[in-house]
Amino acid sequence: MSEPVSALPGARYAGLVKVAEAGLRGMIVLRGDLASKAVAKAVKDATGMPVPETRRIAFGKEAAVAWMAPDELLILTDHAAVAKTVAKLEKALAGEFATVADVSDARAVFTLTGVQARDVLAKACPVDFADFPVGTIRRTRAAQVAAAIWRTEEDAFTLVCFRSVARYMWDLLTTLARPGGEVGLYR
Amino acid sequence: MLLLTCPHCGTAAEETEFANGGEAHLKRFGPGSPDADFEAYMFNRKNPRGVHFERWRHAYGCGKWFIAARCTVTLEVFATYPAQVTEPPEDVVKAIRAKRPDWEGWA
Amino acid sequence: MSHRLDRGGRLIDRTKRLDFTFNGKRMQGYAGDTLAAALLASDQMLVGRSFKYHRPRGIVASGAEEPNALVGLGEEPRFEPNQRTTTTELFAGAKMVSQNHWPSLEHDIGAVNNAFARFLTAGFYYKMFIHPRPFWKHVYEPFIRRTAGLGRAPEAETVDADRYEQIHAFADVLVIGGGIAGIAAARAAAEAGRRVILCEQAAHWGGRAPVDGVVIEGQAAADWVEAQIEALRGMANVTLLPRTMGAGVHDHGYVLAYQRVADHEPGADKPRHRLWRIRAGRTITATGAIERPLSFAGNDIPGVMLASAMRDYAVNWAVVPGKRVVVVTNNDDAYRTAIALHEAGVAVRAVIDARPAARGALPEAVRARGIRVATGTAIRRVEGGKRVTAVELCAQESDGAEASERIECDAVAMSGGWSPVVHLWSHCGGRLLWDEAQASFRPDPDRPPLGHDGAGFVIAAGSANGAMLADTVLADGHEAGQKAAGAKKKSRAPKAEAEEEEPLAPVWMMPARAGYKLRMKMWLDPQNDVKVSDIQLAAREGYESVEHAKRYTTLGMATDQGKMSNINGLAILADALGRPIPQVGTTTFRPPWTPISMGAIAGEARGPLFQPLRRTPLHDWHEANGADWEPVGQWRRPYCYRRAGESRHDAVMREVKQTRESLGLLDASTLGKIVVRGPDAGRFMDMLYTNMMSTLKPGKCRYGLMCNENGFLFDDGVVARLSDDAFLCHTTSGGADRVHAWMEDWLQCEWWDWKVHVVNLTEQFAQIAVVGPNARKVLERLGTDIDLSREALPFMDWREGRLAGMPARVFRISFSGELSYEIAVPAGHGLALWDRLIEAGAEFGAMPYGTEALHIMRAEKGFIMIGDETDGTVIPQDLGLDWAVSKKKADFLGKRGMEREAMVAPERWSLVGLETVDGSVLPHAALAPLEGENANGQRKTQGRVTSTYHSPTLGRGIALGLVHRGRERMGEVIEFRGDGGRMIAAKIVETCFHDKAGEKQHV
Repeated sequence: MSEPVSALPGARYAGLVKVAEAGLRGMIVLRGDLASKAVAKAVKDATGMPVPETRRIAFGKEAAVAWMAPDELLILTDHAAVAKTVAKLEKALAGEFATVADVSDARAVFTLTGVQARDVLAKACPVDFADFPVGTIRRTRAAQVAAAIWRTEEDAFTLVCFRSVARYMWDLLTTLARPGGEVGLYR
Repeated sequence: MLLLTCPHCGTAAEETEFANGGEAHLKRFGPGSPDADFEAYMFNRKNPRGVHFERWRHAYGCGKWFIAARCTVTLEVFATYPAQVTEPPEDVVKAIRAKRPDWEGWA
Repeated sequence: MSHRLDRGGRLIDRTKRLDFTFNGKRMQGYAGDTLAAALLASDQMLVGRSFKYHRPRGIVASGAEEPNALVGLGEEPRFEPNQRTTTTELFAGAKMVSQNHWPSLEHDIGAVNNAFARFLTAGFYYKMFIHPRPFWKHVYEPFIRRTAGLGRAPEAETVDADRYEQIHAFADVLVIGGGIAGIAAARAAAEAGRRVILCEQAAHWGGRAPVDGVVIEGQAAADWVEAQIEALRGMANVTLLPRTMGAGVHDHGYVLAYQRVADHEPGADKPRHRLWRIRAGRTITATGAIERPLSFAGNDIPGVMLASAMRDYAVNWAVVPGKRVVVVTNNDDAYRTAIALHEAGVAVRAVIDARPAARGALPEAVRARGIRVATGTAIRRVEGGKRVTAVELCAQESDGAEASERIECDAVAMSGGWSPVVHLWSHCGGRLLWDEAQASFRPDPDRPPLGHDGAGFVIAAGSANGAMLADTVLADGHEAGQKAAGAKKKSRAPKAEAEEEEPLAPVWMMPARAGYKLRMKMWLDPQNDVKVSDIQLAAREGYESVEHAKRYTTLGMATDQGKMSNINGLAILADALGRPIPQVGTTTFRPPWTPISMGAIAGEARGPLFQPLRRTPLHDWHEANGADWEPVGQWRRPYCYRRAGESRHDAVMREVKQTRESLGLLDASTLGKIVVRGPDAGRFMDMLYTNMMSTLKPGKCRYGLMCNENGFLFDDGVVARLSDDAFLCHTTSGGADRVHAWMEDWLQCEWWDWKVHVVNLTEQFAQIAVVGPNARKVLERLGTDIDLSREALPFMDWREGRLAGMPARVFRISFSGELSYEIAVPAGHGLALWDRLIEAGAEFGAMPYGTEALHIMRAEKGFIMIGDETDGTVIPQDLGLDWAVSKKKADFLGKRGMEREAMVAPERWSLVGLETVDGSVLPHAALAPLEGENANGQRKTQGRVTSTYHSPTLGRGIALGLVHRGRERMGEVIEFRGDGGRMIAAKIVETCFHDKAGEKQHV
């Protein structure tokens, strides 16, 4: 039995902000009618969380649920809990027009922490971080690749990208967080 | 660089987050259709100077397709609306008329 | 001589001396100097040579409009040509070299052009270098290339040693220009609660007001500016960006600004430049105005400067350009320079005013200081070579045939009035109107550039809007700020002490009726050497459009883009054409306002960040095991794995041989993997693929083709049915994103009522092809709960289970013709599975193989490759894939396109195998020519090679190609053109070269 590995296990950097690869996270895509009772119940039962509002992410004890598109959620759990959660969701949604897929291994997850986190992200993303309270999620572009970013705390953000570009993302974030590049845009 | 608001997720984002899909409200002609109809569907585009309907996908965002009604001369965006329609919604037509009284209509 | 004064200089710090060199000569300046100020302080007035005539050039201006004082700055790897000394801050150790001369600035051979200047008129190069034609390539072009280009390009192999970055920012109100108008505007917008960015191209705030002695709210302008900036800095909704130039205004409020973060502190570990990508609700262009020169003979001689620039140097940097100065003007403002110089102890010999009278407060103040004012007078010509020595005067209303007087002097301050900087207003379509009183163009507030909401999004303010006196500048700036902020409550604008100026008199030539001899010494564009006489010649030769005249004469095409010369040139052209100036119009103002570095444009996108590189979970293993990389889209795939001493060819042959004989392993993780799921999934699949997919049974695989609506093949791959309502579509490596987007497009925009979900799982799985006669044995060694036997898992079936302790899907599919399994495991397990396969495969001599071995094996089997056999004009039938195009289905994407006359014509080229008669390998993309030409005058052809390889299995060259009516011509020998026109004979054969019965994949 082999243990799965994330894209850049243990990668850490400290510059204008701290950048870290977050290791394996459980990630499940759920597509379906987000307004339906069936989806709401399935999500509630599997995660304990309600379906979040548009462009919001709700954090719970064991899971977080992110709004990705009008018919798509991303459910975040422990990596070890994915199979169980997928099974729960599939069972609850049997017979519904809904699709559940494990995408944990398809992504890489990074965290950025520090007061300059928004400045560093603004160097890569065409996003207004002034209008970005904790619990906001934004799917966007980080330089030349797709990314989803959410704010977990005042000075902490999580960024998800495709696994194949994990190294690019790492190089990007650590380059933009290099000391000397202080901006002071977001204070 | 254009600024567009995705009607699906409400995000106002810059052009680089979207992918353009060409003229909107084309009617598909499939097997058995006359050559002229098929040719028009495949190749004939209005390319208007003025009011234009075009398809955009929120490629780096929610992934959904929508339609933008905009002026190709001034780049004014009159409205964006979900792509799941075969013609511009009435309120969009009305909004365009208010700003471009001389507009000949979408059809 | 130019020199530093003992006192004054509001921007310099005399306690900090900075050493620098100019052409190797050691000089000294102060912190706060610009390079130009430091050069002038060291009496270095001569700083370069002009482009065409190599005439001596001195510093003319003090800002972005400077056309002459450009130098090569720094040393490799940081050397840069054409650095504008007037806007670059002095730093310790700066090394400048002057440009456009040989062997030296003082003695320049190219100046011989000057002697022939009367023959080198406008359009000389166009006229001269046309005939005889053959001379162009061998004589004229090499000559022009040697002499063209301003400054020396950095060494070609030099890598920029600095780093650069970009940032996205958002503002309700962006104010460009940190003079008093911009400050007033920013303050007003900020007070109204808006988010404000204020940027200023220089290192200091306040613009010209502190130099002009303006008094605001009872304070000296400099003190008022400082207090305002302090207040703005304390506001949370304001971002201040000094050293940041508003470069371009673009659609929908998008503005690029260029921040020089570290140019003034070389060696600092900082990004050198930062490009700001700002999206602003409203942009205020408070970009000031530029003083115009006057056109008189010899106005290009070093020592002739703009009057305002002389004032700047005296007040800001305590530098004066000479000991005896003559001021020449058509307006009151230049009198401020006379006063400033006089107060600095410089002898102002006279103020020459072209106007018949000068009775305003400023002229009177000058007279009161005992300075002579000569009205109705012109400079007839300036005397001097590398430095002004004297001026000759004459009446303005004359032809200047004779001089009325001669005044000895070493510098001339000239002022032809002011032109608002309308560039940023104009970038995105803002229109201009002609201001008769100021004799300049200014923004037409009724025709601003329009934003996404159809409203004007640029507001010009202050001098950039034509307001030239401090009090009106402040009022205009304040109002612009309030307007941009949409402020409901009107607040009071800051007040300046009233100044009075009498109107200027437009003077486009001095004297008014100057003869040819004088006119051909009147410079409009001193960098490109365009003179009044050149514009007049262009007009005579029929260049009526200002855009044409510009290109014919090169007026305004120098690196300063006509900032100084534009209006004067227009006026001369208008006069020559007998039309009013507004009718002639302006040339187009394009971004950037001043040049920005290539580094800033690239930002972080260099080296490993130049473009994203996609890596499979096995990438590092490949890298460590000798992979030669091949780009496939943004992926990198191993082309082959070279061993010590092996060529690429050797490695590829070894990999093919070992795979066919025993066992090969391929990283197939890049293949697209898209799940199509829902009650209507089968119906949707039947529309997407040309063949029938809805009949596929769970557990089975089927090869399928996707066409666009033209019927042209664009992707292929194996589809596995996962369950009754779900399919897994394998796509080409480069095609996964395209196919995914294609599916979503049809689902969202055409069949939005169909119940189908599409999820792109390409990166969720690592996929490994285990290929060769020993494939089954090695998988069994790994341990699995899946029955891999021929009977339980036949060709084109798939199973799910555990393999080597991992969750896995095993697809029994083959792209090589061998016994083959593709194993998909979650990406996080990919490397572990690969390691296990390598380990367990050792006893079979398992080898990893790359894309080239893959290509050869598929070509030996006659399997097509998207992008080789297809090029966007090929339909499946061309490739003999009729069997994969359903005749039963009423509709699928591409079906109607395939019905067109040209698609069913027997004349189409079809795919065949090609065997060279001599066994050699046909060149890539070789053509089979025919006698004669087609309707486009091109050589007729009857075929082309689409894939070609040496086959180690057959021991000869094999190829696939598209040939006219190819399938009807089996056995025929046709000729392909090889390198150097050599013809190669090849026999047309079946596309499958190896194991035609297909037995090996069924074992």
